[in-house]
Amino acid sequence: MTAPLLEVRNLRVEFPTRRGTLVAVDDLSFEIAPGEVLGVVGESGAGKSLTGMAIIGLLEPPGRIASGQILLEGERIDNLPPDAMRRIRGKRIGAIFQDPLTSLNPLFTIGEQLIETLQVHLELDHKQARSRAIELLAEVGIPAPAARIDNYPHHFSGGMRQRVVIALALCAHPRLIVADEPTTALDVSIQAQIIDLLKKVARENGAAVMLITHDMGVIAETADRVAVMYAGRLAEIGPVKDVIHAPRHPYTSGLMSSIPKLGEQRESLAQIDGAMPRLTAIPPGCAFNPRCPKRFDRCMTERPSPMPAGANHAACWLYAS
Amino acid sequence: MPPDTLLELKDVGRTFDVSRPWLDRVLEGEGRRSLRAVDGVSFTIKRGETLALVGESGCGKSTVARLIVGLYPPSEGKIEFEGADLSDPASSPMRRRMQMIFQDPYASLNPRWRVRDIVAEPIVAHGLAPDRATLEARVGELLSQVGLAPQDGEKYPHEFSGGQRQRISIARALSSNPEFLVCDEPTSALDVSVQAQILNLMKDLQQRLGLTYLFISHNLAVVAHIATRVGVMYLGRLVEIADARDLFTQPRHPYTRMLIDAIPDLEMSGKARTPVAGEVPNPISPPPGCTFNPRCPHANERCRSERPMRIDLPGSRSAACHAVEEGRLSASGG
Ligand SMILES: Nc1ncnc2c1ncn2[C@@H]1O[C@H](COP(=O)(O)OP(=O)(O)O)[C@@H](O)[C@H]1O
Ligand SMILES: Nc1ncnc2c1ncn2[C@@H]1O[C@H](COP(=O)(O)OP(=O)(O)O)[C@@H](O)[C@H]1O
Ligand code: SF4
Ligand SMILES: [Mg+2]
Ligand SMILES: [Mg+2]
Repeated sequence: MTAPLLEVRNLRVEFPTRRGTLVAVDDLSFEIAPGEVLGVVGESGAGKSLTGMAIIGLLEPPGRIASGQILLEGERIDNLPPDAMRRIRGKRIGAIFQDPLTSLNPLFTIGEQLIETLQVHLELDHKQARSRAIELLAEVGIPAPAARIDNYPHHFSGGMRQRVVIALALCAHPRLIVADEPTTALDVSIQAQIIDLLKKVARENGAAVMLITHDMGVIAETADRVAVMYAGRLAEIGPVKDVIHAPRHPYTSGLMSSIPKLGEQRESLAQIDGAMPRLTAIPPGCAFNPRCPKRFDRCMTERPSPMPAGANHAACWLYAS
Repeated sequence: MPPDTLLELKDVGRTFDVSRPWLDRVLEGEGRRSLRAVDGVSFTIKRGETLALVGESGCGKSTVARLIVGLYPPSEGKIEFEGADLSDPASSPMRRRMQMIFQDPYASLNPRWRVRDIVAEPIVAHGLAPDRATLEARVGELLSQVGLAPQDGEKYPHEFSGGQRQRISIARALSSNPEFLVCDEPTSALDVSVQAQILNLMKDLQQRLGLTYLFISHNLAVVAHIATRVGVMYLGRLVEIADARDLFTQPRHPYTRMLIDAIPDLEMSGKARTPVAGEVPNPISPPPGCTFNPRCPHANERCRSERPMRIDLPGSRSAACHAVEEGRLSASGG
């Protein structure tokens, strides 16, 4: 097995509040291999974005990494000073967010933004950087890139802007791409184009991708492995086929069967009653226990860690050996 | 009109003025600009069925919904409810019989009101409860009907999760005993597990109360689950309409085929997807002829100049496409 490109070990993200400390990401561990796409799924509030932000070093205070480690190519990056982290971001880690406008400055042309980023990370003169920027725009599928490079972000449609953001994230050939809901704001037809593009660039650059989304269809088409988060914790992780077709954790099973599918006639959808607990009210034991059809005594008191379950790992006492 | 038709749109259009402010126009010598958000849309909804409207954002789905519930008047055409023209003031009592549910259940609930007052308001407004006790009983019944507890009426909207807030808006919509609900992306802001709860609730209510739905969504799998009929919109026009099963198994219009093809494949069957080309053009200056022609793999000269009319096809369906009309497309597959 190749050494992992990214390792997250026992990550814990906390928010101190007046009424006590909220634990938004709790004892989360996973790895991503070079060239691999790890999908991260879970309902809103599960802690997906905070995990991504912790990795790229952009957690907003008072949120903080309370314990655990994050390693990029074997080297710890969770305790670096802000300057060192800023150099890693852009050069070795590229970030793509849901709203392309958060990554683009409305006051500068996309050419100016691409050229600046290229020059910060690579030793290129202005002319070289400009022709590299045009190449990048062509690679992400912007028509007539030599003409569009001098346009401002607002001249582009949502889908085209997301392509520009991907070009920006790829400038310096990062080893890791963290993409947080990159297609959520886009229509299905555009979404499919962006997914294909992400897959292509990951393959061609040998980059690892952490793809955060709540859309299982996107995961099925893109990811090699999937991590399912629930209430800040890892519920299940495994190869994409196994998580989707043979989920082991009762939450993942419930989630999968609640998704309506084309070509399937069902009178009603399977539903998980209730809702994910708020961070202030996570129950003891397994966080899923109040909604779990299979819970038993142990689930109510003792917290399960991920353990082998079929081809996956599931944090569920049903699989205790 | 067949007796089981509840609602009918006849050649409905809606144009918006999207000109820049007067002074800017004068300074830059620019004329007025208008946008045809809905263009020549006709369909009927039968009592008890669910007609879904699908299409990419900006294709005019929400505008159709707002025209139907009377949030704006149509620029052309007629909307009839049980045969009565809704633009006729005499038809205004009909309005109580239709209600609307929106995507964002928070924005549509007054945050300063208790849930019981939110749900009671339409009952009071329409004078449907003779006294306080009847009103309270009715509100309690509505809350139970949508899976909340009658005691939840004491709380405020912010005390509820997104899914529960959508239940509150459904209870409110049901409070005036409507027969017809216009639902604009009612589950699009919800997580899938919560979406399943709301879709199940909506189906259940439809059966118990005999409701008719217009259900708007951009999620085709959701539509396949809930709809009996499906209309596909593109740039303000209805390009295809068919029974749900037929539409998903044998899409006829190239745009419908493209939409179905673009859905990520959860079964991971490894089917090769036809790459989707291009994006929706600017609605202010739509292409001539068939507005889908720049993205259509089957476009020819006629498609670039002549607007296709919707033609009836076997099996109570219709599509607006020259290639379909000319038999250039096989009935199923690409
Ligand atoms: N600044 C903050 N203060 C307190 N709680 C926060 C803050 N930011 C996020 N959270 C909480 O952390 C949890 C996880 O958030 P997030 O990672 O954004 O979830 P996801 O991306 O899975 O939807 C949520 O419950 C959210 O309310
Ligand atoms: N009040 C309005 N004024 C101007 N343009 C509008 C207005 N409402 C909608 N539009 C435009 O009409 C088109 C259709 O919008 P809408 O009905 O909201 O589409 P959908 O619901 O399918 O996303 C869009 O181009 C939109 O920008
Ligand atoms: S640990 Fe228990 S409660 Fe949690 S998912 Fe497994 S069976 Fe259900
Ligand atoms: Mg998020
Ligand atoms: Mg809309």
